[in-house]
Amino acid sequence: MSSDMSSSGHKPDGSAKEKAPPVSQPKFWNDPKKRSLLFQVLLLSVLGFVFYTIIDNTLTNLEQRGITTGFDFLTREAGFGIAMSLIDYTEASSYGMTFIVGLLNTILIAVMGIIAATILGFILGVARLSDNWLVAKFSALYIEIFRNIPLLLQIFFWYYAVLRTLPQPRQSIEFLGSFINNRGFIFPAPVPEEGFGLVTVGFFAAIAASWLIARWAKKRQELTGQQFPVALTTIGLVIGVPLVLFLFSGMPLGLDHPELKGFNFKGGITVIPELIALWLALSIYTAAFIAETVRAGILAVSHGQTEAATALGMSKAKTLRLIVIPQALRVVIPPLTSQYLNLTKNSSLATAIGYPDLVNVFAGTTLNQTGQAIEVISMTMAVYLALSLMTSFFMNWYNARIQLSER
Amino acid sequence: MKKKLISAAVLMAAMTGAATAGTLETVKERGAVQCGVTSGVPGFSVPDDKGNWKGLDVDLCRAVAAAVFGDSTKVKFIPLNAKERFTALVSGEIDVLSRVTTWTQTRDTQLGVNFAGVNYYDGQGFLVKKDLGLKSVKELDGATVCVQSGTTTELNMADYFRANGITYTPVVFDTNDQAAQAFDSGRCDSFTTDLSQAAGLRTRMQDPSSVGALPEVISKEPLGPVVRQGDDTWFNIVKWTHNAMLNAEELGVTSANIDKMKSESTDPNVKRLIGLDGPKGKGLDLADDWAYQIVKQVGNYGEAYERNVGKDSPLGLDRGLNALWNQGGLQYAPPMR
Repeated sequence: MSSDMSSSGHKPDGSAKEKAPPVSQPKFWNDPKKRSLLFQVLLLSVLGFVFYTIIDNTLTNLEQRGITTGFDFLTREAGFGIAMSLIDYTEASSYGMTFIVGLLNTILIAVMGIIAATILGFILGVARLSDNWLVAKFSALYIEIFRNIPLLLQIFFWYYAVLRTLPQPRQSIEFLGSFINNRGFIFPAPVPEEGFGLVTVGFFAAIAASWLIARWAKKRQELTGQQFPVALTTIGLVIGVPLVLFLFSGMPLGLDHPELKGFNFKGGITVIPELIALWLALSIYTAAFIAETVRAGILAVSHGQTEAATALGMSKAKTLRLIVIPQALRVVIPPLTSQYLNLTKNSSLATAIGYPDLVNVFAGTTLNQTGQAIEVISMTMAVYLALSLMTSFFMNWYNARIQLSER
Repeated sequence: MKKKLISAAVLMAAMTGAATAGTLETVKERGAVQCGVTSGVPGFSVPDDKGNWKGLDVDLCRAVAAAVFGDSTKVKFIPLNAKERFTALVSGEIDVLSRVTTWTQTRDTQLGVNFAGVNYYDGQGFLVKKDLGLKSVKELDGATVCVQSGTTTELNMADYFRANGITYTPVVFDTNDQAAQAFDSGRCDSFTTDLSQAAGLRTRMQDPSSVGALPEVISKEPLGPVVRQGDDTWFNIVKWTHNAMLNAEELGVTSANIDKMKSESTDPNVKRLIGLDGPKGKGLDLADDWAYQIVKQVGNYGEAYERNVGKDSPLGLDRGLNALWNQGGLQYAPPMR
């Protein structure tokens, strides 16, 4: 404030020396631009001071109370086991590794949940607008039930009421070499043998070929109006080519069959019940919201568009695919993004049933073993922030791509 | 959610630099001791059907209240899970943590807390279903084990299995109760925790007689009350509350006979305990009859033990390591003089 005073004190002198300027200069505090600048600088410095005080106080107080700070603990040996890990993890790994294991498990459940919820949500959303009374009512019933029950209760329902009542390992339900029991879903693991590389190459080659064909077909249609069955060709290529290669190279894929040895099944791949319960609950819950978003999007496309398509003689399926959905997507994508973000953040409820996600492993066990709450919690918050920002960045990019581009 | 709130509370407490007033003054002003306990471990801290907290850890809190206020009912019990407990204590949400907490070096030196003694010497063991016919923990190779997260139990198990080359899958839950239920419903082959807690949780299982403990005790678990670091007055009060209960047992002073002892006893040790002589309450900033109130209202250590975890309780545990030093155990209190 003092500088403000002095400058205002100088001004009259200056203007007096220059002898009546052509346009009378308003007083400093009467110029709205300068005034707002002053207030912004003031606000910023107050904010800066507040944050500095918070950080400085925190550090001083932590030191006073004899609480260890810093990120050194990340390299110390963790010494505890984790039920499920996508990477090699043993008790001898570091606390830093527990962070990675938890992070990967969180990403896994988020991606699995987003895919399942999107598919289920789109089907339900379209179904709710169906002319078929039964289909429409079923969809409405589903949405109203699952949207209105708290997610945590749904997780408990799937975990305690459904999966806990499955039989013990010795009485597993068996089908096609897979087993279901209260320890999870266990199925044979594919083991690639010599020559399987060829099948992989074939698969990617087929994808590349399909892409080229799609491009060519689009160009041809624009030039000549002739259509080409792109979808069928793609499916044929992507499935057919690797399959033919697989059969001709003598089926170079072994299976590691699970076997009951001692307490549990050995071999194969085990999907733990905590993952299944969380996945079911998250997908089913979020799908109900996505369905409503999709319904809103479809209803936002004016009826005249559908009528015009019908007048042109397009089939119902084609109308939906080519006219309605592309326009509906423009309305659907922004709220869909928030549903994806919700699902990712809701996955932290995993800790309630013991699925080893980031919150359970890192902000749970690691925090408690090291006692470094501030470091661990801020790392965890940073992860969710980063995941959410990445999701919304991607969705915004996609949204911008599908927006109406006027020519 | 609660966990996050508490973490935020730590942050806030650390930020504002509050709690400059001593814990004793804060407690007196509030009119109650806030005591962190488990959310339900039979024998140690569990609410009965009328909502009254019962247990060995609960009795320690009641004894602190008796010493401070002369009234053992002036306690507010706050149930916490293992992950929340230290944060709750450091942030000032509770005054004493009496929640089957193992005394370890890291906890004592890096968390900003102090352990005020050992009110139960425990060890970690494994529960299994008897029909599996297991004789030893070493036969658990390949087993799935249910365990509570954020406990020394989790680490001891990992160390023991690693040292013996046994593979296992841990399934980790927030509370010991959840872990025990998961074991009971067959999610795990075994459930590991401190043996005293295992004995308590076993009584709640569908068929307690079908569950047994394996013979190995794989760790030392000295459990005791914890206070914030940096407040020696309060630290002393909690420490000497426990010591007074031990000394009372050693001298044969019980809640039933203390009034008689007060008027009749000529033993100088008893007189010092009751506060008729000796250091009284001066150094502790307490009333002179603080120890008298503890024994009168809560009882001595032996009484608390037998009523909560010993032969008068459903747990029926022997005194074992928790017998007094002169009866073959480890419980030993410095003299009151």
